[in-house]
Amino acid sequence: MLFRYIFCYAMLLVPAAFFLVFRIIPIAQTLRLSFFSWDLISRTKPYVGLDNFRTLLDDSNFRLALSNTTVFAAVTVVASVVLALLIALPLARRLRFEGIYQLVYFLPFITPTVPEAVVWKWIYDARYGILNYVLSWFGIPPVGWLLEPRTTLWAVIIMSVWKTLGYNMVLFIIGLRAIPAEYNEAGLIDGATGWRFFRYLTLPLLMPTLLLVTVISTIGAYNVFTQVYIMAADIQGSPGSVVRVLIYDIFENAFRFYRMGYASAEATVFFAIVLVLTLAQFRVLRSRTE
Amino acid sequence: MSARLRLGLTHALLAAWAAVMVFPFLWMLGTSFKPAPEILAFPPHLVPRAPTVLNYVRAFETAPFARFFLNSLVITAMSTVVIVATSTVAGYVFGKFRFPGDTAIFMLFLATAILPLETYMVPLYLTMRDWHWINTYPGMVAPYLVMSFGVFIMRQYFGTALPDELLDAARIDGASEWRIFLRIAVPAATSAMAAVAIFAAIQAWTGFIWPLIVASSQDMYTMEVGLAFFQQRYTIDYGAVTAGATVSALPIIAVFLIFRRHITEGIAFSGFR
Repeated sequence: MLFRYIFCYAMLLVPAAFFLVFRIIPIAQTLRLSFFSWDLISRTKPYVGLDNFRTLLDDSNFRLALSNTTVFAAVTVVASVVLALLIALPLARRLRFEGIYQLVYFLPFITPTVPEAVVWKWIYDARYGILNYVLSWFGIPPVGWLLEPRTTLWAVIIMSVWKTLGYNMVLFIIGLRAIPAEYNEAGLIDGATGWRFFRYLTLPLLMPTLLLVTVISTIGAYNVFTQVYIMAADIQGSPGSVVRVLIYDIFENAFRFYRMGYASAEATVFFAIVLVLTLAQFRVLRSRTE
Repeated sequence: MSARLRLGLTHALLAAWAAVMVFPFLWMLGTSFKPAPEILAFPPHLVPRAPTVLNYVRAFETAPFARFFLNSLVITAMSTVVIVATSTVAGYVFGKFRFPGDTAIFMLFLATAILPLETYMVPLYLTMRDWHWINTYPGMVAPYLVMSFGVFIMRQYFGTALPDELLDAARIDGASEWRIFLRIAVPAATSAMAAVAIFAAIQAWTGFIWPLIVASSQDMYTMEVGLAFFQQRYTIDYGAVTAGATVSALPIIAVFLIFRRHITEGIAFSGFR
């Protein structure tokens, strides 16, 4: 028996070391570093207590990033969850060409974000972009999509809804197919149809999936970086600065201004947001199994 | 509304939406094969009238895209091999053995997947700096050497699909545990390992913020980072930019089209990490 144990621990040695060194220790260090002030070069790394967090509260960049990211997350999540559900409802009933529809809707999620953002930038081009051309059919004058913060935020939101929709759709299809057939039959016998059927039968049974999808999407949305980095570049080509989001702000503080402690404090706030959302998710999952 | 009419309407809506979803990819592909005057033609058209590969030639001549591609391949290969190995080893132990601390260690491995890399990239970068791993392949794959979801898949596989009798028979024959693992468990688990490999490869290829931070010279850029810098410099050259985008997206799209069943089911189950 002892020999078996030794075998097990020996087998786990390398994976455990990797988990420890490349994940667990850095996570702990993020929390620790947030109490220090360090510019990467100085020999001293003074302990500053909660100063980094206090500075964060008054930091207009951070506040802007937090509000931008929250607006982005709220709109993206609502739009992509609603659209995904609308698509999943017919697809869950296994209609024809269902595989092709799923394939097409899922493609943007799996494809790397950089080439996608690059293409969307071209679609949004103020002078030659296809979007402004299509809008001109409806008499809408050209929009300088990526030229000012407000429209850029919307442009990034539209692109992100396009990207994340397929993932939510797959989760909804699984959730819908897990609803036992008896429920649907019972509903049909009672004469429930259309909206009433959905509202009083499908939706309550789908609630756990709906909450799960919402939480996962929200965490993902708070994590937005790549498409903003590409699409929200200013005229001088400085990437990601037109619409400041949370990860971009952390990135900039750490790797452009070398404020390592400060960036860690910011990462700790992000960490807390993710943790709260995850705990909410676990509560949802537990209430589902009970 | 009759059932047939409603079905027809559903298909019409789904197909229209599919066209919207796939359009950016077609537009990327179309633009990448258009000569310059056609790209800015008014009114625009999707299919190139005089298709050309000059955009690809120009992209590969102005930026070392071949090198970026190679870097992405190297990093993806390293990450995939190591993740498959670590996931298989750990998954086997968790799936087939009971030992003190097994559940706790397994839960700890899984729990780390909750936090995205972005929360701890700063200290990890500092570690890479201390180790002189900045701008090196090992530094660029460092966060991609283990995958919680991979360990989970392998544990599920070994726990449910590999019979204990098979292992016990080998033990009675006097085979060592290590030999049983290599000769019986691993050959039986190739399909599960392939599933882990697909996820690992997609994750490594599509990673952006980490190679952006760690690769400091152009010859170390991955396809994603190289493309990001390329489009910053040649913003208006949409032909070359979309050509680069096509080259960067194509490997993943190909993998997806080949293995899509595994991928949609697996991802839906877990997300990545």
